[in-house]
Amino acid sequence: MNTFAQAVLNGFSQGAIYALLALGYVMIYKATHVISFAQPALMVCGGLFSYHLTTQVGLPFWPGLLLAMILGALLGMAVERLALRPMVGKPVFTLAIITIGVDIVLRIGANRYMGANPRIVTFPNGSRQYEVFGLSITHQRVALIAVTAITVVALVMFFRYAKAGLAMRATALNQETALAQGIRVGAIFALAWAIAGGLATIAGTFVAAGSAGMEQNTWIIALKALPAIIIGGLDSLPGAVIGGLAVGIVESLTAVYQPNVAPFLGANFALVAPYALMFLVLLVRPYGLFGTREVERV
Amino acid sequence: MTSTLTPRRAPRPPRGRPLLRTSYAQDMGLLNTPAKRSSTALVILAAFTVPFFVTDDLLLIFTLGLIASVGAIGLNLVTGYAGQVSLGHAFFLGIGAYTGAVLGGDPEGSVTGYGLPMWIWLPAAGVVAAVAGLIVGPVAVRLRGLYLAIVTLGLVFLGEHIFREARTFTGGPGVGRRGPDLELFGVDFAQAGTLFGLGLSRDQQQYLLALVFLIVFAFLGRNIARSGVGRAFSAVRDRDVAAAVIGVNLTVYKVMAFAMSSFFAGVAGALYYAVVGVFEPGAFGLLLSIQYLAMVLIGGVATISGSIMGALFITSLPRIAQEIAHLFPVISTSTAGGGIINVFQFEAILYGLLIIGFLIFEPRGLFGIWMRIRNYWKGWPFSY
Repeated sequence: MNTFAQAVLNGFSQGAIYALLALGYVMIYKATHVISFAQPALMVCGGLFSYHLTTQVGLPFWPGLLLAMILGALLGMAVERLALRPMVGKPVFTLAIITIGVDIVLRIGANRYMGANPRIVTFPNGSRQYEVFGLSITHQRVALIAVTAITVVALVMFFRYAKAGLAMRATALNQETALAQGIRVGAIFALAWAIAGGLATIAGTFVAAGSAGMEQNTWIIALKALPAIIIGGLDSLPGAVIGGLAVGIVESLTAVYQPNVAPFLGANFALVAPYALMFLVLLVRPYGLFGTREVERV
Repeated sequence: MTSTLTPRRAPRPPRGRPLLRTSYAQDMGLLNTPAKRSSTALVILAAFTVPFFVTDDLLLIFTLGLIASVGAIGLNLVTGYAGQVSLGHAFFLGIGAYTGAVLGGDPEGSVTGYGLPMWIWLPAAGVVAAVAGLIVGPVAVRLRGLYLAIVTLGLVFLGEHIFREARTFTGGPGVGRRGPDLELFGVDFAQAGTLFGLGLSRDQQQYLLALVFLIVFAFLGRNIARSGVGRAFSAVRDRDVAAAVIGVNLTVYKVMAFAMSSFFAGVAGALYYAVVGVFEPGAFGLLLSIQYLAMVLIGGVATISGSIMGALFITSLPRIAQEIAHLFPVISTSTAGGGIINVFQFEAILYGLLIIGFLIFEPRGLFGIWMRIRNYWKGWPFSY
């Protein structure tokens, strides 16, 4: 029982990272109807911003994270302005492929910075553990879950009460109508990318604060948020959070139980378990758990 | 459409008016203008003489480019013609490569191999991949657009996992296995020998083999595209609901598109890694899918000649990057660092920038550039 609870807890904190990334994907998807494959690069760059600011510049963790979030948001806006704005109105597939190109270019820059050594952001007292009911969790993980919770609440408040949030919801419904209502749709695109960049930076920072740090192949983590948004439904913010947590928990449970229960699936099946889960969900619900069904019109 | 309306053999358009069409059959012809007929013949002829002018190391790149073209045509069928975005091409290439390697591989080796001849393992590679496509197809029927893109992306990760774990077939990561032996009709393409009385090196022979296969598959692809099946694909791509209304069975055609595309991919995968020699499961990752997508996009969506141009271009890109690196000393040619970036990073950046650049400035790809040149000279001297 304890093993199970511990696995769920670990998965939950890992899922918080996926949830943050998934929220970024959904933000961009809702505003521009594009899936941004540049999210891995934004996550890696964000983590490295934090690393540079805390380790090289010498800022404490939290101010460093805030500043890095601003830089990540600016990076997201720059990507949108330079690579995607010229293509507004083109098929979404074309835009998605452009983000793949952006991802490759940005990650090469990041790899150049990283070199062969993992870059680890030092979290204050990060390795100290809380012990509750025989379960243990590091300070760093607790902080991650808290930050994710605050972010989700802040986003919900933003969409419900802020004027810009209302404008984003209007844009998500229909871009041209929103434009006709006096909403600067271009600014909304930029805002969506900025928020996604900021969220990716939080995720990247906490990935880099983990035991493995940020390495050249850490970007793969960000792709696991894709099954998360598919499971939750592409255009659903609560779906992104639930999907992210589900992916994290399933991955962690698979890592614990699969080697004994189903050894024929091979070593490290946990790494691809999110994708298998995605297939299962899609066979039952083609638009995810919370996604809007597309209405077809000729 | 029916044979009662159009004569079996259409009359040729009058001389000097190659674009005048008097029947559907003329319009749909394989090579519907004299200029296309003669230029295609010239290009094929030129392609056959290439191995006698080009050094062997360059020839190997072209050989791989020609084989990759087969795979790119396959991807273009499903993504370009039928409009079903697939990021899963690497999976089907992998299925083909391993089917070929297992059936045609050395029976004495450490991994499974049955030592069957090429005329069995090559079609089998295509068929097994097509069956895999048939299995994925129904998922594609339920999903559209970006949902499908992500699901096929998941397929690549699951596939890579299977290839990593099925060690008896694939050798496992870091070890890999040998591809099948290239031996057809008693000719061993894996070493120098004589072909039609000509003494040829190994690379020259493999080039010619690849060229013959590409010609066969290019015409096959072109014929699929211009037939009723191809028109149904286009209808599904342009508006699937409208296509369903006019009587195109979406399920059948989407599944068919995936199966055909996978068949091409399977054959290309088996041939490619037979030429490469040793390969390991890590080769069939997301990057390979992106490379094939880049071939289609840079070459030209929904064109056969574009797929070939794109595939040749992308496979020569490492070499091009190297040549550029020699010209500019800021790009270091070693992996150890030095310079501003090393050649591999430069190559990857080139990929990214080319994809972005082509999509923004010339969405029709290399084929579009060719069209522009052609149209410029067509109306010359009134080129406006």
